[in-house]
Amino acid sequence: MQEPKRNGNGAGGVGVYVCHCGTNIAGIIDVRELAAYAAGLPGVTVAREYKYVCSDPGQEFIKQDIRALGLGRVVVAACSPCLHEKTFRRATEQGGLNPFYFQMVNLREHDSWVHTDREAATEKAKDLVRAAVRRVRLHQPLERRRVPIDPKVLVVGGGIAGIHAALTLANAGKKVYLVEREPTIGGHMAQFDKTFPTLDCAACILTPKMTAVRSHPNITLWTYSEVTKVDGYVGNFKVTVKRKPRYIVEELCLGCLECIEACVYKQAKVPDEFNLGLGKRKPIYLPFPQAVPQVVVIDPETCIEFKSGKCKKTCVEVCGDRLAIDFKQQERIEEVEVGTIILATGFQPFDARRIPYYGYGTYPGVYTALEVERLVNAAGPTGGEVLLRDGHKPRTIGIIHCVGSRDEHTHRYCSRVCCMYSLKLAHLLKEKTDAEVYNFYIDIRAPGKAFEEFYNRVAEEGTHFIRGKVADVYPEPNGTGRLVLQAEDTLLGLVRRIPVDMVVLATGLEARADAQEVRRLFNITCSTEGFFLERHPKLAPVNTFTDGIFLAGCCQGPKDIPDTVAQAGAAAAEALALVDAQFVELEPNTAYVLEEECSGCKTCVPLCPYSAITFVEAKKKAEINEVLCKGCGVCVAACPSGSIRQNLFEDAQIFEEIEGVLAHA
Amino acid sequence: MPDATPAPRKFEPRIVAFFCNWCTYLAADLAGTSRLKYAPNTRVIRVMCSGRVDPQFVLEAFARGADGVLIGGCPPGDCHYQVGNYKALRRFRLLRRLLREMGIEEERLRLEWISASEADKVKAVVNDMVEKVRALGPLRLKVPEEVFAEEVAA
Repeated sequence: MQEPKRNGNGAGGVGVYVCHCGTNIAGIIDVRELAAYAAGLPGVTVAREYKYVCSDPGQEFIKQDIRALGLGRVVVAACSPCLHEKTFRRATEQGGLNPFYFQMVNLREHDSWVHTDREAATEKAKDLVRAAVRRVRLHQPLERRRVPIDPKVLVVGGGIAGIHAALTLANAGKKVYLVEREPTIGGHMAQFDKTFPTLDCAACILTPKMTAVRSHPNITLWTYSEVTKVDGYVGNFKVTVKRKPRYIVEELCLGCLECIEACVYKQAKVPDEFNLGLGKRKPIYLPFPQAVPQVVVIDPETCIEFKSGKCKKTCVEVCGDRLAIDFKQQERIEEVEVGTIILATGFQPFDARRIPYYGYGTYPGVYTALEVERLVNAAGPTGGEVLLRDGHKPRTIGIIHCVGSRDEHTHRYCSRVCCMYSLKLAHLLKEKTDAEVYNFYIDIRAPGKAFEEFYNRVAEEGTHFIRGKVADVYPEPNGTGRLVLQAEDTLLGLVRRIPVDMVVLATGLEARADAQEVRRLFNITCSTEGFFLERHPKLAPVNTFTDGIFLAGCCQGPKDIPDTVAQAGAAAAEALALVDAQFVELEPNTAYVLEEECSGCKTCVPLCPYSAITFVEAKKKAEINEVLCKGCGVCVAACPSGSIRQNLFEDAQIFEEIEGVLAHA
Repeated sequence: MPDATPAPRKFEPRIVAFFCNWCTYLAADLAGTSRLKYAPNTRVIRVMCSGRVDPQFVLEAFARGADGVLIGGCPPGDCHYQVGNYKALRRFRLLRRLLREMGIEEERLRLEWISASEADKVKAVVNDMVEKVRALGPLRLKVPEEVFAEEVAA
């Protein structure tokens, strides 16, 4: 008896498995007719239809048929190959065939879900199955390429997501590079006062983790830095990082802050970014007291030495022999090699100026929620006292929900956190000012652990809830300085006009302005709303379509802190799984040259974006480096003599598919 | 055998679509998960990159009875393989000239940049192309004798 060959020998018929996917496919496509049709196609040994082919019993059919009927090829007509191609290749392999003796037909995403005519959808399904059956018969046994994985990990973004992912990996003994654009890590969370629903202070949770990042022997922290280039592929990325000059030698600065005190500016005059312009800073500054690293920054836009070159440089004087200040510091470029990358680049708050009728930027009494976070914060610009821009304490406050969310003029999606942070701010503002607080909401969304209870608590505290979208904000006509919020109360069926001293806009979360550039840099994808797209919302929620690059936090979509931390942990675990496997298997869809047929014309050589093709002078033939080839197939399509081929996408296979889809009766 | 000839079936264009793995194929998947509805006339063949689409694939499709061919790739600057879509564009332009010489109308070959998030565009492009090709009617390639006759007359 001969051992069944793992690679098969090309003999054996085709098995076709049509999935119902419950009613997802079977509801539109006549799966019985399709299977009966497939059974009659040339070369098909068996065709079955089953409720869920991806389930254990479904896969078992495939494996048993391979063994019992001696199948040589497998076709599964089910969902998108992006979802279950791997699953069925594995089943094919477990049945004893080479996993690439398999072809998938996308009946669900490309057919049953997008068509309504049963007959037309079934005809299309037949065409697609016929093409796959013809194609799979020409499949070749292939081996996946194994490449080693560099165990180092790059984390981009130093908010709570990036911090948690970096610490998780570092604690597991992996070397991590954490790159943050701002002079300090901490992200948006560092700006928050308290966090819902527990009301524990953001700083108490975050700052110990920030310190842990700084002191962790496995983490290299580069703040004020940006990734400018990413080359390579999973396991072997080469990343270029630009380190912007902060005009301070990081290794020499002790964080004593004497230079700030000594600055020739006696008063802080520059609007302070961390406090969103509600406070002031000097040209030499620390973003906030708990900043990590505790290294000051010089802002060349406002520093007199940079502007005129004639400053007394009292900062340098007081720094003395510590010599940490360097006005000549230049941008530095670092290159690192990592095996995996976690993107945690966060969000930006919706710009409230985009809705002019709410008066942000026009009326001084209108604030964004993030500004209010700073106002209620004990370390904020007012020391935690809620004072309006005119110095008064507000007696009535209106909070407008869904600013830049659930609105077809701005963003259609729900930003998920605004209801809860509005409730939190309502509570904090009431606690600090004893003001009457009105929430204008569309729906209150409190779907989290202890969230509904928190909503009830805030309601019981006497905060008012008015179900209606504010249509206008205007100054009270008699010159009281108050602002009137006008909204239709949809529960009472009345138009309400409520005068308030302070308006808080619950601005939504949106993708960062440069999300598209970052997406290109890392070769990943954005969803329609502009956030980075996960590979699959349920099967691969932190993976991207580029192997080895993972997502964490709000760069993937709006989410609260518990979800962000959970996702960061998941991204770290995915990266760890890759790193600890020590190698990764790549798709074998590389191109290769049939040497005897190559005419040596060199057409292909300049086409390759990865310089994978070289011309071997001695032989006068082109040669493809399999390690560098990423399998796009551009050279294959260009070769005038047809001597470049591509595994998995052979010309002959594609011709069979073309003929197959068109060969109907 | 029924003696009455069946009523001629309404012309349904047959369109072969080559979608790149990273943008347009995903956009078509997204159209599915979003349950958008569009004309059932396309048959998608997945390629890794629009730059893999050999002009012969297009000619073969027309020769085998396709009424239209749609190529979908990543928008300029967004190619997963950096520049494959630009190569596709060059080939497309040359190919369209060749097709014109062969008497195949321009609207029968279309190249579209559809990014992974543009499910709406998949729907719009497919529906639009189906309508345009439907208006043109079935592709009828000239037989050599017709071409000779035309050349002699010219």
